[in-house]
Amino acid sequence: MTDDELIWRVAGGSGDGIDSTSQNFAKALMRSGLDVFTHRHYPSRIRGGHTYVEIRAKDGNVTSRGDGYNFLLALGDSFARNPTDDAVYGDEEVKPLTENLDDLREGGIIVYDEGLLDEDDVEGLDERAEENGWHVYPLDLRGIAKEHGREVMRNTAGVGATAALTDMDLDHIEDLMSDAMGGEVLEQNLEVLHDAYDQVNEMEFSHDLRVPEGEHDEEQVLVSGSHGIAYAAIDAGCRFIAGYPMTPWTDVYTIMTSLLPDMGGISEQVEDEIAAAALAVGASHAGVKAMSGSSGGGFALMSEPLGLAEMTETPLVLLEAMRAGPSTGMPTKPEQADLEHILYTSQGDSHRVAFGPSDPKECYEQTRTAFEIAWEYQIPSIVVYDQKLSGEYRNVDASFFDREPNPTLGSTLTEDELAEAPHDDTGKFHRFQQETDNGVSPRSIPGQKGGRYLASGNEHWPNGHIAEDPDNRQMQVDRRIQKLESIRTDLDERDQQVVYGDEDADFGLVVWGSQQGTVEEAVNRLNANGNSVKALGVSDLSPFPVEEVSAFVDSVDEALVVEMSATKQFRGLIQKEAGTFGGKLSSLLKYNGNPFEPAEIVEAVEIEQNGGDEQPTAQTTLEPAAGD
Amino acid sequence: MSKAFSAIGEERDVERDEFTPGVEPQPTWCPGCGDFGVLKALKGAMAELGKDPEEILLCTGIGCSGKLNSYFDSYGFHTIHGRSLPVARASKLANHDLEVVAAGGDGDGYGIGGNHFMHTARENHDLTYIVFNNEIFGLTKGQTSPTSPKGHKSKTQPHGVAKDPLRPLSMSLSAGASYIARTAAVNPNQAQEILVEAMEHDGFAHVDFLTQCPTWNKDAKQYVPYVDVQESDDYDFDVSDRREASEMMYETEDALHEGTVLTGRYYKQEGRNSYQQEKQARGDMPEEPLAGAYFDDDKEWERSYEFIDRHK
Repeated sequence: MTDDELIWRVAGGSGDGIDSTSQNFAKALMRSGLDVFTHRHYPSRIRGGHTYVEIRAKDGNVTSRGDGYNFLLALGDSFARNPTDDAVYGDEEVKPLTENLDDLREGGIIVYDEGLLDEDDVEGLDERAEENGWHVYPLDLRGIAKEHGREVMRNTAGVGATAALTDMDLDHIEDLMSDAMGGEVLEQNLEVLHDAYDQVNEMEFSHDLRVPEGEHDEEQVLVSGSHGIAYAAIDAGCRFIAGYPMTPWTDVYTIMTSLLPDMGGISEQVEDEIAAAALAVGASHAGVKAMSGSSGGGFALMSEPLGLAEMTETPLVLLEAMRAGPSTGMPTKPEQADLEHILYTSQGDSHRVAFGPSDPKECYEQTRTAFEIAWEYQIPSIVVYDQKLSGEYRNVDASFFDREPNPTLGSTLTEDELAEAPHDDTGKFHRFQQETDNGVSPRSIPGQKGGRYLASGNEHWPNGHIAEDPDNRQMQVDRRIQKLESIRTDLDERDQQVVYGDEDADFGLVVWGSQQGTVEEAVNRLNANGNSVKALGVSDLSPFPVEEVSAFVDSVDEALVVEMSATKQFRGLIQKEAGTFGGKLSSLLKYNGNPFEPAEIVEAVEIEQNGGDEQPTAQTTLEPAAGD
Repeated sequence: MSKAFSAIGEERDVERDEFTPGVEPQPTWCPGCGDFGVLKALKGAMAELGKDPEEILLCTGIGCSGKLNSYFDSYGFHTIHGRSLPVARASKLANHDLEVVAAGGDGDGYGIGGNHFMHTARENHDLTYIVFNNEIFGLTKGQTSPTSPKGHKSKTQPHGVAKDPLRPLSMSLSAGASYIARTAAVNPNQAQEILVEAMEHDGFAHVDFLTQCPTWNKDAKQYVPYVDVQESDDYDFDVSDRREASEMMYETEDALHEGTVLTGRYYKQEGRNSYQQEKQARGDMPEEPLAGAYFDDDKEWERSYEFIDRHK
């Protein structure tokens, strides 16, 4: 943990423009040649409450938010608007300072808005600053903002002050402001920016933190996991989305909705999530690439249409943006505990394909894979991610997204092909042939000549009609299961799992989804400190890459499974699928609403390697291996 | 593009027998079941309209009514309990050239699928929705349904149901359906006429189809006098007038359990855009069927690369 990086935390109340301000600032850092990573923390309320965004910027690959931060911009005013005299707000009005100090690194910088916060209100700030070597700069950000424009522009003043304190050029910030606004508002904001910058520049600095220098080989874009998923869906030819708002799935839903109508697509907001997924099934059945999605509670309602899609062999892509559960849980906090929910929901021997991407690039790659697999094999595909990955921005080479669209409907027949396909004596198309090469029975689409059949959620004959014949039943079940074997072979070629670290290491980490980047950083740090570890990031959740995962676990003496779940769901999946490893896998768990930080993983690995049975000091839990 | 769906819009004389599957099993409905009447009327109506079986998508729910598309030869989607409407309306949005009909029972449509019914009516999708209303759950063996009369006894309501029956016509009107009729299986000529009107109607057409259940509901409606409100001088009202339609529906729904059954057209709203037309007028939906785009070799598919600029 060195300070060759800037980790800027801007804190305030929801609704104060923290999000937009931070996005522009992150983009400015990216444009200056740095790699950036953002982390967003917010409460489940519209205005007020404690919220912050952290931007980590350094020269070189950044895969996690890091440990702690070194620059706090505390914008006052995190209490709700229009407070009444007898309302109880506790000390919320000073939260931007009090709530954030625990994570501030030694020697870090604090800028707070003395126009809103009185230092006397902040208990023990002086003493703590002295103990930790913090450099405190009270600035009248509100005053500067008011002088040139309006009070809300104090964010801009904060950015100007940050730039001065870290010796950062204003060019990129000015450019981005010009892109976002115009006229008087732009002029006022520029005045606020420069005034704050100039005022601070005249001050004497006691710190030596400077914004790092860096350079990119090619043009970069700043995208979130949600953008990766939405752009992949568009490139996969998805032109129909149906949904119901729910945090954090709403991000993808709104990105898609903002784009689809202008591209000749359709977005529907419907009465509930059962309807949303059923609409996606209906549109897909009628020949359009369609998707839906939700978060935990909404996805629970989709269990029915999910099973219907599988039984009728209707291609479908669903998204599941996990948050902490059960029930409503914590709407704005990440967890990975819907894993079993997405893998096993729906009645009977039901199957679905599931992918767990780890960063915006994997979100893009795997969502495209999800569409290709769903339409080729006529099976529901689920992309499961979480609140963290949904709203976390990273820079990616712009050229990464320059791909050809793939709107093909997979194993769907044209009318010419239909004429050659098997039909029964009555002229009805054998939509659900019993025996095929790879389990896939090509489909027709309503309106096509010669393709009529019944798509039924009941077990059915090859022409679709309801059947309880035992031989047919068994053949249809076997064929549907056979598709999974074919999919596994297909996915093996795509090789979506990632191994990194020291190839010869005897200690392994296994991780899936949004925590992968944090584990990667921990592995790099451990190996740099003389340890020898390696890690496996698993992306394919169903069908599970048993061979690949088994080979990895076989290659080490012990492995630590890192996941945001209290019940070791991912470790359970590995043991269930591999049928072994009970004695080899231990767990590092975190389920307090916050994602892992690299130091927590480093700490856990060191405890494990030293053979200790102590618990980590941080908010994580180590669970030992069970007997084989 | 028409090559992709050449069954659609083909003009020829269509025989009602074309909708009868050739070697399919005979319907599993009980002898004397009202569902046979719906099947008969539907075949007649489709033939009258000259619809090719392959341009029709018939979406059903679960229950005896859900088996309708097993005995009606067209494209079909036998969905899940209460969910025929969301599947049907998405199919219509995906390819608005299809003739989409949804069907379900009173438990399916007014109970478990009640929320979808309300919202599909509100949105005024260009669909025909047939609800087989026999005031009973049939396939699960005779439990009380949302339309069973107050006091109706069954194994799940042994002391007689304490709830008033739901008023499907009034509910449909207040939810926003633009065509509402009630007909009966014992009156196949009127039923066919009404189904033809419903399918020709450009908006959400709700047909409450009274069907008798000779096995589980001994109060089956075939034993009571039926009166066609359009044929009787006693019931003169304007079907395009919302207030008059509402009053007639209320009277009808009260009379249903008093020995008189009134059937006919209750409401027809002219000149209102269907949901599809509303969406198209807002640039929210393409003029050409979206499903056709995937078969159009000349279509240029936009790429995300065009949107990525805003992230630079």
